[in-house]
Amino acid sequence: MAPLPISPETGPQAVLEILYSLKVRDAMSSPVISASPEDSMREVQYLMKDNGITGVPIVENGRLSGLVSMGLVIEALDAGRIEEKAGELMTRSVISLEDDMPLAFATTYFNRYTYGRFPVLNRDGQVVGVIVASDIIRSLLVAMNQEVERLEARLSAAAAAERPADGKVHLLFHVARFDFESAGKASAEFKKALKELGVEAGTVRRAAVAAYELELNEVIHSEGGTIGMVAGEGRIEISAEDRGPGIPDIEAAMTEGFSTANEWIRSLGFGAGMGLPNAKRVSDEFSVDSGPGRGTKVRVVIKY
Amino acid sequence: MLISELSSALGLEVAQDSYRDRPISSGYASDLLSDVMANAAADAVLVTVQAHKNAVAVASLVGIGAIVVCNSRPLPEDMVEAARSEGVAIFRSSESAFEVSGKLWAALHRP
Repeated sequence: MAPLPISPETGPQAVLEILYSLKVRDAMSSPVISASPEDSMREVQYLMKDNGITGVPIVENGRLSGLVSMGLVIEALDAGRIEEKAGELMTRSVISLEDDMPLAFATTYFNRYTYGRFPVLNRDGQVVGVIVASDIIRSLLVAMNQEVERLEARLSAAAAAERPADGKVHLLFHVARFDFESAGKASAEFKKALKELGVEAGTVRRAAVAAYELELNEVIHSEGGTIGMVAGEGRIEISAEDRGPGIPDIEAAMTEGFSTANEWIRSLGFGAGMGLPNAKRVSDEFSVDSGPGRGTKVRVVIKY
Repeated sequence: MLISELSSALGLEVAQDSYRDRPISSGYASDLLSDVMANAAADAVLVTVQAHKNAVAVASLVGIGAIVVCNSRPLPEDMVEAARSEGVAIFRSSESAFEVSGKLWAALHRP
């Protein structure tokens, strides 16, 4: 099995914290499906088949005696020894993990050895579970999702705290690459906020068009970014900033009909090459700051 | 003509009928969403084959009251749901955008 692409020593701080705070017991499957040394290899084979597992710890009085893997069952079948006792054929020197070990240690074990599974023991040496690579991956994904949510919330809160208390509406959204599911959500929120501010319909539409075009540009062309609006007292400012390849030729990009969108995106009705020209046309002030390798910043100001 | 009169006037199937009924200002036929954003009028009827959720997003941003999907294109569930929550009517036609546009134009310009 290929090594897990995660290191318990290097990498983002948040990931290392997760790897050390999660324990083997948080990821392992339990209760453990085990057999006794007196059971036949065939009975172990059926246990595997009925439970969809590839390894069965052999346990006596709750203590680990050995392990039978699917590979061992196949060898037994091949050698005509499938009726013999598990205790005769089992692997005796088994590497096991402890239930309160951090997941970081478990990943090291998986990467060092070729075994697909490890039995898990508690402090008293009792077998309490089994852990396989997908258990680690699953727990990590759940923990990482939670951590990313926390980080995103913290980012928005930090942005909110930086905002001056100026009585204006401040909104900021994150935009993800190729996320057509959410495309347009930020623009819709901007539109709602402007209507609540009592801004007149024609101006609201101009802002909605500019916001939508800039938002879709980030979805279609960038590696992700943000789009924000500050509105009030006769001035609407929409800023879109992304991480992406940048625009090599801004003049070309501002030409109607010029698009660098791919086939698939055009088939959805996007990529008509009108995004930036549309945004410019509806704005009173318009600026693009971009270059190869440094992402793109677009700023639109609409006065009312 | 009101949005609610479209179905009988043009022989359209009603696919999403949760909307605020109001007069239709004009029609716009296009499949390029940026083009619709730039040129469609508020309270227009959009004639298109783009049967997906983003057409609803654009319609709602621009103030389009109804979308007519042509050529019997199937409508994804999330598009209909989005239209329901945005209050954009959706109709379906077995005819092409050309035919639907022609009939719509005639209906709007009837003396």
